[in-house]
Amino acid sequence: MFSGFMVNAWTVGSIVAVVAGLVGFFVVLRGSAFVAHAIPNGSLAGAAGASLIGVNTILGFGVFALFGALGIGTLSRRGRHDVATALALVTMLGLGALFVGLSVEYAPEIYSLLFGEILGISTTQLTPTIVLSIVCVIAIILLYRPLMLASLLPDVAEARGISTHRIQLTFLIVVALATTMTVPVVGTLLVFALMIGPPAAARTFTDRPIAAMGLSVATALCVVWAAIALAYQTNYPVGFYVGTLSAAVYAAGRGWAAWKRHRTARRAPGSQPAQSAAGAGLDWSPG
Amino acid sequence: MNPTPAAIFAPGLFTSSLVQIAALVCAVVAVVAGAVGVFTVIRGQSFAGEALGDIGTTGESGAFLVAVAPLWGIAIAAVAAAGVMELIGIQRPRGRDVATGIVLGAGLGVAALLIYLDTVQHSTTGTTFTIVFGSPFAITSSAIPLVIVLSVISLGLILVLFRPLLLSSISPELAAARGIPVRLLGAGYLLALALAVALAAFTIGTILSTALLVGPAATALRLTRSPAKAVLAAALIGIATTWLGIVMAYDSYDWYDQSGKSWPVSFFVVTLIFLAYLLAGVPAWRRRRASTSPTEAPTRA
Repeated sequence: MFSGFMVNAWTVGSIVAVVAGLVGFFVVLRGSAFVAHAIPNGSLAGAAGASLIGVNTILGFGVFALFGALGIGTLSRRGRHDVATALALVTMLGLGALFVGLSVEYAPEIYSLLFGEILGISTTQLTPTIVLSIVCVIAIILLYRPLMLASLLPDVAEARGISTHRIQLTFLIVVALATTMTVPVVGTLLVFALMIGPPAAARTFTDRPIAAMGLSVATALCVVWAAIALAYQTNYPVGFYVGTLSAAVYAAGRGWAAWKRHRTARRAPGSQPAQSAAGAGLDWSPG
Repeated sequence: MNPTPAAIFAPGLFTSSLVQIAALVCAVVAVVAGAVGVFTVIRGQSFAGEALGDIGTTGESGAFLVAVAPLWGIAIAAVAAAGVMELIGIQRPRGRDVATGIVLGAGLGVAALLIYLDTVQHSTTGTTFTIVFGSPFAITSSAIPLVIVLSVISLGLILVLFRPLLLSSISPELAAARGIPVRLLGAGYLLALALAVALAAFTIGTILSTALLVGPAATALRLTRSPAKAVLAAALIGIATTWLGIVMAYDSYDWYDQSGKSWPVSFFVVTLIFLAYLLAGVPAWRRRRASTSPTEAPTRA
């Protein structure tokens, strides 16, 4: 379980978990889950197109991820953000349908791009993954303060001369980078589930950003390690375990939050628990 | 015979039963998706639509595993996923994003397992492609009754709820003040959305369903501000793009010499929808150009 090709799986799995945990923290904070889903998913088309013309699939993937990020950023300046994301995504996927349809031998590859083949990672894939992940982590560290401000208090950020649109675009590019490095190796599903589940769970445990980030990374690591071990033992796909474990971690976080609310409500009867009041007060708002 | 129409409408286009079924199903689904999609765009819930469509993958692979009609699988998975989203808080704007994302991640995880089991059981390799990208030409006539029934339910829900739903989508506070049960309406709308997305996923493939749901509706809302007119326009745009896509895909058989290969319908449909959306933005863009004010025009609500 810890020898031969499995070493690559553990290494890459851990790297992916760290990057997804970090980037995912901001994805959840900014409410960008749709974008985090759209960029990896839409970039599948790039990989299929690259394989059609005989270019390195990671290159095709990266190009589409970048264009996807820029396209979403540009389209959403006019019109609704979620509509822009949806249309950019399906347009890329439509191209993907064409590319895959044209190249007969590529169809089975779609499964591994969607759901990951982490147990079949070759040593040559290791170096680009490590390099891109370091770039991602550095970008997040550099962006930390303006990104935090633009995510939580966009008006204050604008007043201080930080362009929220530019921050948004930069963040999308970081997501595209993280995607490019991870998806060809682990599949879109794995990345997406890791970018949402662990960070969302971490936020239910703590409100402090640094602590939540650390917890998010730690949780993502645990999820990935457990998923690889389980997949190795049972022969079922890794994506299944990552998807369901991420949701389970989030469910546990929600359970913990509910239990804590319940306890504080019992200790101080009469005082409204803060979190549920905020939730009930802010019902539906369009857009 | 005049050569021009023959070049556009390849021989056999109007007599092929596959094309007839595809055209019928596409038209019905386009009407439903257009009506539901207008509300999806107004409420800003494209991500929920996208997630429910993707989870159709889970349903379809499950249906394939137990040998049930695919549409049943897709519809059941979409409705179940919508139920879970409602339970964990999609009705609150703050938790909506995460609620949708968690359900999507878990649903796709299960899809990974089911497709794996499919390939083990049936020892086929192209399963994922057929499920994920789909094709209207693959629809059999036995699916038509269920398509009609689901369409009637979804469209009926939207028509019955039309006025209160519109109010609660545009101004939830005002709707709540008038005593409209906003949360119940949201749940009813989510059910209609799940059914419409299931139909779209069945028709043009699970991961492309959003195109049919959001594309025509967003285009229509760029052209008119009246919701009723937008529903009508979205349905028409949906029918036009899917039919044009069918004709083009059918023609593409002739681009290869008798090899039986063709370009996928879904590609044409999605591309046409995207072009329509961009074209619909032209009038507003020209108005902005014409107005001399250098300040940025406000984004349309």
